[in-house]
Amino acid sequence: MATLARASRGEIETLLGDPPDHDLLKAPETGTVMVEGRAGGAGRRFNLGEATVTRCVVRLSNGRMGFSYALGRDSRKARLAALLDARLQDEAEGSGLHQGIAALATQQAAARDLASRKAAATKVDFFTLVRGS
Amino acid sequence: MYVAVKGGEAAILATHDLVAEARRGDPAVPEILVAQIREQQALACARVMNEGSLYDQDLAALALKQSQGDVIEAAFLMRAYRTTLPRFGSSEPLDTAAMAIRRRVSATYKDLPGGQVLGPTYDYTHRLFDFALMDEGSEAAPRKAPAPLDATMPRVPDILGAEGLMEAEEPPEGDPRPFDLTRDPVSFPADRDVRLQSMARGDEGFLLGLGYSVQRGFGGTHPFVGEVRVGEVAVEFVPEELGFAVDLGDITLTECQMVNQFQGSKEVPPQFTRGYGLVFGHSERKAMSMSLVDRALKARDFGEATNYPAQQDEFVLYHADNVEAAGFVEHLKLPHYVDFQGELELIRRIRKEREERLAQEQNAMPEAAE
Repeated sequence: MATLARASRGEIETLLGDPPDHDLLKAPETGTVMVEGRAGGAGRRFNLGEATVTRCVVRLSNGRMGFSYALGRDSRKARLAALLDARLQDEAEGSGLHQGIAALATQQAAARDLASRKAAATKVDFFTLVRGS
Repeated sequence: MYVAVKGGEAAILATHDLVAEARRGDPAVPEILVAQIREQQALACARVMNEGSLYDQDLAALALKQSQGDVIEAAFLMRAYRTTLPRFGSSEPLDTAAMAIRRRVSATYKDLPGGQVLGPTYDYTHRLFDFALMDEGSEAAPRKAPAPLDATMPRVPDILGAEGLMEAEEPPEGDPRPFDLTRDPVSFPADRDVRLQSMARGDEGFLLGLGYSVQRGFGGTHPFVGEVRVGEVAVEFVPEELGFAVDLGDITLTECQMVNQFQGSKEVPPQFTRGYGLVFGHSERKAMSMSLVDRALKARDFGEATNYPAQQDEFVLYHADNVEAAGFVEHLKLPHYVDFQGELELIRRIRKEREERLAQEQNAMPEAAE
């Protein structure tokens, strides 16, 4: 679900293919989650502010349920991600769908790595000038 | 007597059309896209998300487009929209120690685990115009280090904390749910969770001014930036129907840990004290201002005098919200015809009475002289 939350609608659509028959147990709905922080990073909880979140719950014709919760307001993405979540539970590990998710996760990790390497290029190397002898 | 006045509907409809034209500007210039604002005016979007108290980059960009770049108007749109949404619940508290760092600097330690990472910042630019930006087609080609940054970097106050030199920052007994000022009325003295929430959605300019006042002596703190970090943090949420934490994706955050001079007591030897700032998006000035004022507002907790505005929670919290402030200031534009008519009659009466009194006194005077 973490990978799906970070995937684009297009990526999910491509991976899912034709949407399977399903019921909407919870139609795609956009709401908010209050994001909490901690004072000093580790202390008392406080409310930082809300974030938009869209959720969806589906049930396939075989009874399998799929869930989607992700930041943002994309209802179509939420529905497709919930369907994919349901399908993934039905498929054996190592199946095409699972491989597809693994590939997406690898892509996301690569993007994080690239951003981190760009940041790392701005890391300061201090050198000290020695005066006199 | 109150006289209701109706009218102006046609004028209001006409102004809607006119403001739409004003917003569009010269039709010969291509219309700006929301995605362009989101991608190319990200710092403005961050400010709108903070002061609108809603993290959604697309909506912040739309709000800026709709308000012609008026940040407070844009924050107002965010606040109004938020009230139409159901709230699913609260996230798990963010773990900023696990941030995917894009920038992290400390003014207290030169060599610290993870290093000083400048990231994308205007701090070291010359503030000279780049006229090349007048034309389209600018492209950046940032350098890449062979290896990424450390996966996690310790928060600087925690390094001091390990030595016992820093005021401890621990959750109170039972790790209680935080107060929510969007649901319950604030009372004073306000606890730290209320103060931090209020400042996180407070006006950047107001907090900057207050933070500056503290530095200039109106609140007397002597801070160091222990650390500023900017990057992405995962938001986790436990849906009722699942019962376990789900990763909703990443949000960009800026965190500032301000290190201030000492406090101690009979039980605790002198320690550095903390000021904390945490905000949405890349918003260093806001995070730093918040952490300055956070420390100033601890004055009462430390038994310090509270002589200055930045140390007074009621003053800070009641005036930090720019949507409320703008509402009350700008409501003065709305019709006050009846109130003003009352004032007008009053001042005419006062003047008339004064003239009558003066005339009487003048008539009386010659008699008194006789």
